[in-house]
Amino acid sequence: MSVETREARQPWILLSPALSAVALLLFVPLAFIAVYSFWLRTATGADQVGFYLDNWAEALIDPFYRDILLNTLKIAAITTLVCAVMGYPAAYFIARSKGNKAILLLLLMLPFWISYIIRTMSWINILGVSGAVNWVLTGTGIVDEPIQMLYNQTTVILGLVHFLLPFMVLNVFVSLDGIDTTLEDAANSLGATRWQAFLQVTLPLSLPGLAAGGLLCFVLGAGTYITPLVLGGPRDAMFANLVFEAIITQLNWPLGSALSLMLLAVLGALVLLYNRYLGMAQLMKGLG
Amino acid sequence: MTRKMDDTTRYHRLRERYLNGDLDRRNFLGLLGAAGLAYGVQTPFAKYAHAAAEQVRFDGWGGVVSEAFREYAFDPYTAATGVNVVDGTFGGADEYLSRVKASQPGEFNIAHLSGVFDYVRYHNLELSSELNEANIPNLGNVIPALVDVLRKPTGGSLSAVPYDYGTTGLAYNRKYISDEEMQEKGAMLLIDPAYKGKIGGWGEWKTRVWYAALQTGQNPNGIEDVDAVWDAIRAHRDLALKYWSSGAELMSLLAEEEIYVTEAWSGRVKALQDQGHDIGYYDPPGGLGWQECLFVLRGSPMPECEELLNFMLETETAIAVAEGQNYPPALDPNKVELTDKVKALPAFDPSGTLAGLNFFDPPYWNGKEAEWSKTFGRVQKGY
Repeated sequence: MSVETREARQPWILLSPALSAVALLLFVPLAFIAVYSFWLRTATGADQVGFYLDNWAEALIDPFYRDILLNTLKIAAITTLVCAVMGYPAAYFIARSKGNKAILLLLLMLPFWISYIIRTMSWINILGVSGAVNWVLTGTGIVDEPIQMLYNQTTVILGLVHFLLPFMVLNVFVSLDGIDTTLEDAANSLGATRWQAFLQVTLPLSLPGLAAGGLLCFVLGAGTYITPLVLGGPRDAMFANLVFEAIITQLNWPLGSALSLMLLAVLGALVLLYNRYLGMAQLMKGLG
Repeated sequence: MTRKMDDTTRYHRLRERYLNGDLDRRNFLGLLGAAGLAYGVQTPFAKYAHAAAEQVRFDGWGGVVSEAFREYAFDPYTAATGVNVVDGTFGGADEYLSRVKASQPGEFNIAHLSGVFDYVRYHNLELSSELNEANIPNLGNVIPALVDVLRKPTGGSLSAVPYDYGTTGLAYNRKYISDEEMQEKGAMLLIDPAYKGKIGGWGEWKTRVWYAALQTGQNPNGIEDVDAVWDAIRAHRDLALKYWSSGAELMSLLAEEEIYVTEAWSGRVKALQDQGHDIGYYDPPGGLGWQECLFVLRGSPMPECEELLNFMLETETAIAVAEGQNYPPALDPNKVELTDKVKALPAFDPSGTLAGLNFFDPPYWNGKEAEWSKTFGRVQKGY
């Protein structure tokens, strides 16, 4: 074997464990899901093997699924926007702080040490009729009766923001931390106010981080089903809830497979668009 | 009569064909390799079936029920038989069925399921087994009505033994709703606009349809105007604050006064009452009764499972579990002396006939499952 051949093979040999894992844990299950989506559920709940387009026709044509998908994308978009507005100042503060950056980053990571479900359920103790907010409001005489704040779309978005905000802050922080602060000083020395220097220098340079955080928040937000289940009302289901119901409650794995692939296709298209215009490198930095 | 050929015979025949010159060397070695590969591929899965004789897997609801099972049934069973009991939990019957469906036969053995609807569902999916009742003498202490209803779908044999029963009645906060108002309005309270935003409901299609049938004056086991039922479910949805999805969530919503009225499981309301909450419980006319059973899945080691079921049906075990989960045991009070605590549990029937309870009619409800569960999924979300 020539040296060139050996060198050409080496990266593949080194990559083979990772490629095997991706193939076995991602592509093979996805292939199973794709095959399942063409089967049918019989009246007893058993699967009928074959090649049927019924599930896909239902998933693509039925306005029920389209409406819930659009509502899911709307909730994910609002969540992402709120995360951006709230997360950017926090990331800016951490990036520009002197000395205690590590502690601030640790504080940012702290919520991840607690289960996502517990964090979501904690809002019941905060916003519930007997929760902390109502206790203060009624105790101080601001209101006579507790206010009903839970189980609506607003609390779903609140729960999602609570879950996703650290992802936004981390991505924006990585981007801001890589910007040379002397650039702002240079802008100031050329007559720009601090606000102008921020708007025309820092913000444009940090946009890749903001976009990476936005992509993560959007994709994770659009794929969640726990938050609407715990904090939503009867009409606040998201698309992942439909997948859960089809697979678990209705035991309709074929339809659930078609729905999950549909969501995957929509979110995958978004990731591809992001990659086309901004590249995945920034996202990797943020996740790293 | 044909005799099953074992692997050694297969090998000898193959070798004979090779030595006789019927197979060339390449094909002989190729077939040996293929046999080895097939054995290697099936072995990880076959081990569940082979190892089952050394252990039995039980899946249930966890918590105090599992603790009672462990103390009164599993440990004595292991001490007596040497068979270990692997104790698993699930969050709901639907979730468990998905896991079973994705598993190999023999991987899961016994489950604490809801009967009779789930019993039929599992049977229709060819997951049922056939118990040898002679190995379960304690089955003789069980209320006959609960056993008979399980026999029908499986042609007279049993794939499970009944274990406990309860009702899904109406729970109400007595601070806001009087006993008189509840008895006067019954199921109609769930669609009373006076309590808009303070009404809850289980987000499960069968219960929603059952109560909607009561609200529209129909027999739940023979609904004639299904459109009226969906309209009643929509009316409830529009007045409800939240569909709850677990017993813990139900208790939290009632205890925190987020909701004042909902249907509820009798045992959970008893637990709330024991905690000091002023929550009333009422089984309206036509209210819903149910039983839970210990179901043995196809592919399980039957003698070991039957013996474990017998341990679980011991009076002491069944009473301890009943007191732990606040549901009466399936033991017949005419044959077994039950404790005062059990006799005070909601839904307890001292006659042992259960004649006053209404159950899902399996052929009717299992036949509607595919259509109604899907429709409810839509109605629930505003359609």
